[in-house]
Amino acid sequence: MTALIVVAVVLALFVAFVIGVYNTLIRLRNQVNNSWSQIDVQLKRRHDLIPNLVETAKGYMKHERGTFEEITKARSQAMGAKTVAEASKAEGALGEAMSKFLLVVENYPDLKANQNFLSLQEELTSTENKIAFSRQSYNDQVLFFNNKIQMFPSNIVANMFKFGKRDFFEIEIAAEREVPKVSF
Amino acid sequence: MWELIRANKRNSIVLIVLMAVVLLLLGFVIGLGFFGSEGGFFGLIIASVIWLILTLVSFSSGDQIFLAASNAKAITHDDYPQLFNIVEEMKIAASLPAMPKVYIIPDSAPNAFATGRSPETASVAVTAGLLGRLNRDELQGVIAHEISHILHRDILFVTVAGIMLGSILLLSQVFLRGMFYSSMGSRRRFSGGGKGGGQAAIFMLIIAIIAAILAPIMAQLLYFALSRRREYLADAGGARLTRYPEGLASALEKIANDPSPQLASVNKVTAPMYIVNPFKKKGQMKLSDLTSTHPPISERVRILRSMSHGASFKDYSDAFTNVTKNKTVVPAMALTKEDIALRQASAEAKKKQRAEYQMRQVGDIMRSVNQFVFLTCLCGLKLKIPPNFKANKVQCPRCKRILDLPKK
Repeated sequence: MTALIVVAVVLALFVAFVIGVYNTLIRLRNQVNNSWSQIDVQLKRRHDLIPNLVETAKGYMKHERGTFEEITKARSQAMGAKTVAEASKAEGALGEAMSKFLLVVENYPDLKANQNFLSLQEELTSTENKIAFSRQSYNDQVLFFNNKIQMFPSNIVANMFKFGKRDFFEIEIAAEREVPKVSF
Repeated sequence: MWELIRANKRNSIVLIVLMAVVLLLLGFVIGLGFFGSEGGFFGLIIASVIWLILTLVSFSSGDQIFLAASNAKAITHDDYPQLFNIVEEMKIAASLPAMPKVYIIPDSAPNAFATGRSPETASVAVTAGLLGRLNRDELQGVIAHEISHILHRDILFVTVAGIMLGSILLLSQVFLRGMFYSSMGSRRRFSGGGKGGGQAAIFMLIIAIIAAILAPIMAQLLYFALSRRREYLADAGGARLTRYPEGLASALEKIANDPSPQLASVNKVTAPMYIVNPFKKKGQMKLSDLTSTHPPISERVRILRSMSHGASFKDYSDAFTNVTKNKTVVPAMALTKEDIALRQASAEAKKKQRAEYQMRQVGDIMRSVNQFVFLTCLCGLKLKIPPNFKANKVQCPRCKRILDLPKK
């Protein structure tokens, strides 16, 4: 009789544990998915901003045709990207083109004084930040989720219900890895 | 991160239960002191009624009362895009479930606070003085600190604990004043109460007076000790969100060295909500360490500046023990190893500030929030007309043209 009660209690505890961990895992997975969609929203926003920016800047920067072409090309590639790998590569290139453009802007004081351009620039700066921060938060969530899945005792439940590891979102930025060249 | 939130929640509950016990005990003792042995329950009931009412009010509209008391005005993206964008950036970094409402306080003292019941219904308010003085990276640091308060659930804690402290203060004040007046009137009730119970009644009364004096002090020390700890933790959280501790450090430095007069509309209960102590000190002694709501700014800055390896809680905790030589404030659960690299300053921070232009811009925002009408004269002068200006024509002070005001 007592043995039966002990077994029943242990079983009940185990079931409660499984339910608790399962719900935590589901919540974490939803958070990961939500963070992922945040990145998407911000990338779309960047794509929408760029034509406006180019339109405003064109009149002032007649000699920078190459920069604009680079941006436009990178944008259409990023928008046409199908897979995650493609997207992260194209977005990296677009980010690079944008930061190059913002550096060139420093040489055009008239443009920098333009009210319209100033507000576009703030939006662009903020969008770039939001992309970076949403990537950061996505990677944080993925790290936490992956830890939970691999660590004891939650890994038992994760294996029971086949929760899979998630990948980090790394943007390939060639410039960040390049060693700066010094010439004399 | 999540471990920290859990630890914080538990601490909040412990503190709130402790304060509730203090409050109810105080009510009980005061009741005993006032009305004799049957009065204990009466006091208990009065204390719980006061507490219940204040708690209900603070839950339903505590943040609104606080925002209104500090004269904060809600803004939208169009009023001040940069501030709004920065709040949104930090909301994304912290993955909050909803965008906090953004407020500006028309006050030249640089300061900021966050309030609300939950991360879903939070608000962030900054003063105009803060907007006028900080660059983008610094403002981001301050907002990150505030968003960390929201993320760590400190906003609810401050509201509930603050209300509890308020009720304890109120109860003891009422009792002590009541004592004072009744002792001026008839003393008979206390001295000759029952048959031979006089001694015990006086004894109870003395205990009640001591309790009424000590309880608020105890509650305040408890509250302040925890809020100091939470300031450090919000600094750590802010550094972790931005990956750039220098932004917050240099913002704190600017705020500390600011000569503006102290913030209007602030009191003992609300002071812990602000990013730096809104009370300007005058000739403080060492005792202030116990009673102050905030850690010393210079120390906070030094901790943030010595985080040279990374931006995780572990890095902050190491920097903290290095600088203060004290035990760490970060709960052990949150000290997991994380590899979080620092980032560089943004391009704008490296540029020299155009302080005067920035100040004027903030002034214009305050005016447009306050329904000022802007009118540009043909001679180029910008007229800023207050909402209580009744006439429908105005003369330009430079070129003497008569201008029509737009109809409202």
